[in-house]
Amino acid sequence: MAFSNDEVLAGLAELITDETGISADEVALEKSFTDDLDIDSISMMTIVVNAEEKFGVTIPDEEVKNLKTVGDAVTFITTNQG
Amino acid sequence: MSNPRIVVTGIGASSPIGGTAPESWSALLAGASGARTLEYDWVEQYNLPVTFAAQAKVRPDTVLERPVAKRLDPSSQFALVAALEAWADAGSPEVDPERLGVDFATGIGGLWTLLDAWDTLREKGPRRVLPMTVPMLMPNAAAGNLSLHFGARAYARTVASACASSTESIVNAVEHLRAGLADVVIAGGTESVIHPVTIASFSSMQALSKRNDSPETASRPGSIDRDGFVMGEGAAVLILETEEHAKARGAKIYAAVVGGGVTADSYHITANDPEGWGAARAVKMALEMADASPDDVTHINAHATSTPVGDPNEYVALHHVFGDRIGEIPVSATKASTGHLLGGTGALEAIFTVLALRDRVAPPTINLTEQDPAVPFLISGDPQPLGDGPQFAISNSFGFGGHNAVAAFASV
Repeated sequence: MAFSNDEVLAGLAELITDETGISADEVALEKSFTDDLDIDSISMMTIVVNAEEKFGVTIPDEEVKNLKTVGDAVTFITTNQG
Repeated sequence: MSNPRIVVTGIGASSPIGGTAPESWSALLAGASGARTLEYDWVEQYNLPVTFAAQAKVRPDTVLERPVAKRLDPSSQFALVAALEAWADAGSPEVDPERLGVDFATGIGGLWTLLDAWDTLREKGPRRVLPMTVPMLMPNAAAGNLSLHFGARAYARTVASACASSTESIVNAVEHLRAGLADVVIAGGTESVIHPVTIASFSSMQALSKRNDSPETASRPGSIDRDGFVMGEGAAVLILETEEHAKARGAKIYAAVVGGGVTADSYHITANDPEGWGAARAVKMALEMADASPDDVTHINAHATSTPVGDPNEYVALHHVFGDRIGEIPVSATKASTGHLLGGTGALEAIFTVLALRDRVAPPTINLTEQDPAVPFLISGDPQPLGDGPQFAISNSFGFGGHNAVAAFASV
């Protein structure tokens, strides 16, 4: 089954809140993981691994550095889901 | 130049009998037991020969914020909870970060994190093994996280000497402070390894009590029918400080840590030397550092784990130092109440020793049935008053590997 953009955003927000304590309201498409949400590389990888499981996608390590914003991640996940 | 005097200005504990140090102390004086039947599916699933343990009274992940807790193995969670309590109890001292140290202990480290990751790897593959796995399971995780949390930059050291670990950490901290290398040290130890693997291993070596029908009375150090130790978990932390620094900031002072001794048996990997000379040397070193004689000692918190061979060996060792006067010194074997916190045990017992000096009472040793004539310590199921006058106590810890560690405390 395919997840919509909104569902992926909501799901990512859940994972980000769980990992960092950042309120889900603050997680928006234009937010940068590092500059706005202050997510370090270890938390980023934890979120990526959990997102792979949650959405049934593979996010290659070399792709992770291109995911600058929440919107980048949402786009990657929705276009690559199986 | 004389060595600076080192004092205890803060205490914190998360133990099987209380979520804080004062709660643990009150429960100990009231004769509580922290041992309970384990309510986990895995007890039956693996048909474990021992079905009980002394779990911590309060789970640390119910105290810490979730994003903090999920980056810590339970052993580090306990360490942080106890350290936060001790730090607040010390009045959250203002310290130059480069003069604040951490000396912390664990016997085993992040066992749950390691084995959970192994399960994840086998069930779901390497991609699902979280990046924090190694930094969570490493034995220095508690020390590193405490350094990070409290801004301690003098040093952050980990001792792993099994059940002697956290007494050794206290001794190390005292030596570091006496050498002038820090003003304040967060010292203690932690353990959280009540897991099928440790229960299976300790049972195989016949080290654990098998009184599954009566967990609360299973830990009975000094009693003739003792049959092994009861595994506990939790952490304990002491804020140690030079007296000069403590007085300058008007801190309350519980007691002084006046000596410490650390030796090794080189006898057997698990059994202590039945002749007890290694342990006796550690006691003598602690007394020498304190510039005290055996006659000064008014209270002993014994290692006394409730194993058939360990308890008499400790008696033999102490008899070497104290002679027949050992029978006149009020001894407490507090593992009767708390179980054995392994790497956390020495620090918890150090706190009990400090509070015994403050309150002038040796806490009770519960579950005494008939005292073993081979362990004729002056122990009691009731609190024993220590009387007036200056008090001086030692706390002993011995560990697999042949480690002996003793810390000495004086009333202030």
